[in-house]
Amino acid sequence: MSANNLPIEKHELVIVGGGPAGLAAAASARESGVRDILIIERDSQPGGILNQCIHNGFGLHTFGEELTGPEYAARYIRRVQEENIPCRLGTIVTDISRDRRITCISREGVSLIDAGAVILAMGCRERPRGALSIPGYRPAGIYTAGTAQRLMNIEGKKIGKEVVILGSGDIGLIMARRMTLEGAHVSAVAELMSYSGGLKRNIVQCLQDYGIPLLLSHTVTNIHGRDHIEGVTIQEVDEHRSPIPGTEKYYPCDTLLLSCGLLPENELSRAAGITMNRVTGGPDVDESLSTDIPGVFACGNVLHVHDLVDYVSEEAARAGRSAARFLSSGQDLEKDTAAVVLKAEGGVRYTVPQYIHPSGMDDKLTVRFRVDNNYRDRYVSVYFGSERISRQKKRVLAPGEMEQVVLTKEKLLSYPDTKEITIKLED
Amino acid sequence: MAAKKNNSTPEIVELTCIQCPIGCQLKVTVDGSDVSVTGNTCPRGEIYGKQEVTSPVRTVTSTVPVDNGIIARAPVRTAAPIPKQSIMDVMEAVHSLKLTAPVTLGEVLISNVAGTGSDLIATRDIPAAS
Ligand SMILES: Cc1cc2nc3c(=O)[nH]c(=O)nc-3n(C[C@H](O)[C@H](O)[C@H](O)COP(=O)(O)OP(=O)(O)OC[C@H]3O[C@@H](n4cnc5c(N)ncnc54)[C@H](O)[C@@H]3O)c2cc1C
Repeated sequence: MSANNLPIEKHELVIVGGGPAGLAAAASARESGVRDILIIERDSQPGGILNQCIHNGFGLHTFGEELTGPEYAARYIRRVQEENIPCRLGTIVTDISRDRRITCISREGVSLIDAGAVILAMGCRERPRGALSIPGYRPAGIYTAGTAQRLMNIEGKKIGKEVVILGSGDIGLIMARRMTLEGAHVSAVAELMSYSGGLKRNIVQCLQDYGIPLLLSHTVTNIHGRDHIEGVTIQEVDEHRSPIPGTEKYYPCDTLLLSCGLLPENELSRAAGITMNRVTGGPDVDESLSTDIPGVFACGNVLHVHDLVDYVSEEAARAGRSAARFLSSGQDLEKDTAAVVLKAEGGVRYTVPQYIHPSGMDDKLTVRFRVDNNYRDRYVSVYFGSERISRQKKRVLAPGEMEQVVLTKEKLLSYPDTKEITIKLED
Repeated sequence: MAAKKNNSTPEIVELTCIQCPIGCQLKVTVDGSDVSVTGNTCPRGEIYGKQEVTSPVRTVTSTVPVDNGIIARAPVRTAAPIPKQSIMDVMEAVHSLKLTAPVTLGEVLISNVAGTGSDLIATRDIPAAS
């Protein structure tokens, strides 16, 4: 019994979030021998954001075929069901303590769970529009692209007929096509940057196929309408992203979709006292995807925003194996050795993981990173201390595409004095 | 954007290759039945350029209303990519559909939808609301 007389459940492994990350982590933890696993999901169905991503293009890496989001999710849901891993739906985790006591709330009330290990798989959410400072009222008819996606694809709500989209992230592009096919007219996609962060494939198949203009270096500078949106002013911006006077153009619309990026959903992690990374918005992790609270791991979009769900599943499987190892050894064995710090420099924005215990590494470790701009013909170089140990030529590097380098344990152990590994772009 | 093949003068179509992140700018020249691609930097670009100009295909995905299901819409797609010019015909067929739960993933909802040779299938299980 706890202090306030609530009974305390015990589970070996608790996974917070039943999206693709949580489901893949559960399947791999079971494969690695963990018997007592509980997935906690706040929605009424498992599958996470994939349930609303009804377009195709998922799973090419994992399954060699192009599935839709729900089909991809179904494969993992089935695996978890076949393994009889319970998924407690309609239940939201509200607190995780340093000693891995989890508080959750469902319709039945509050409950407490003590977990041997925890995997954070809460995903991400969209940058809220409050964070975007557009002058004008906040009339009805303004949605984040993901919210519009859920309303249309799951709830079957009508959104609008005359649409402007701000931001050319993939969800915005996907929604431009989706709304067009449902009979709406999308007059423009405005993008503040001089390039789109969306995939080429989506620019071609979602915009060009339907003749929807992509206005690069443009932004919405005014929202018109009091109760319901009536139009927006779109303006060109200069190289400092400031609107250029005289370029104002009025677009009548009844709907404005905002597709301005995603943020890992880490209120729980922060409250638990986990050290967070300023660039990714997710926890700092080591090679096992362990946070700095022993026995608490992170994977998927809560760790860093992924554009390919295949990489989410792969990363989550690693978190599942790591949790299994932690549970069977009762402690973090690898934490005996000092950590090597991974540094991102020269065009590389961040790396995941952020530090490595060489003794805890598998034979090979995939380090994922993103770059800060569009580059052509650069080398991705890896330095152990001040010595460059590898470089790989890349014809294109883009902020929208996650990149990776593979480090080998053998190599790292042959440089026992390494304290820092730097990953950077070079000419 | 499909090329007209019966033109006597060669037609040049410009497009972005989407086979990989490099995104080569392709120039596809159509001269009767003769199609050639420049601007590509690998063989995949040539194949893509030719296909995209002579017979582009797309997978169509959408949702349809479901009665008595645990959610209000069932996601659907064409089982295989269909000719691009048939997209709107497929959508018309999609818009005429109304389902009743349960719906099974992979279930054929319309066979040979809009005469494309491809079936329209459900992409999610929707159990009946109890
Ligand atoms: C709106 C939106 C649209 C997207 N569209 C695409 C797309 O079209 N194509 C693509 O490749 N990628 C898309 N993505 C990226 C996509 O999210 C990832 O590919 C992948 O789904 C991430 O998996 P995940 O399990 O980490 O997160 P999610 O799928 O977001 O799953 C996280 C789960 O955790 C649950 N959860 C969160 N907090 C709690 C809590 N406190 N207690 C209990 N449960 C909790 C959530 O309800 C959710 O089910 C999109 C992302 C968003 C946000």
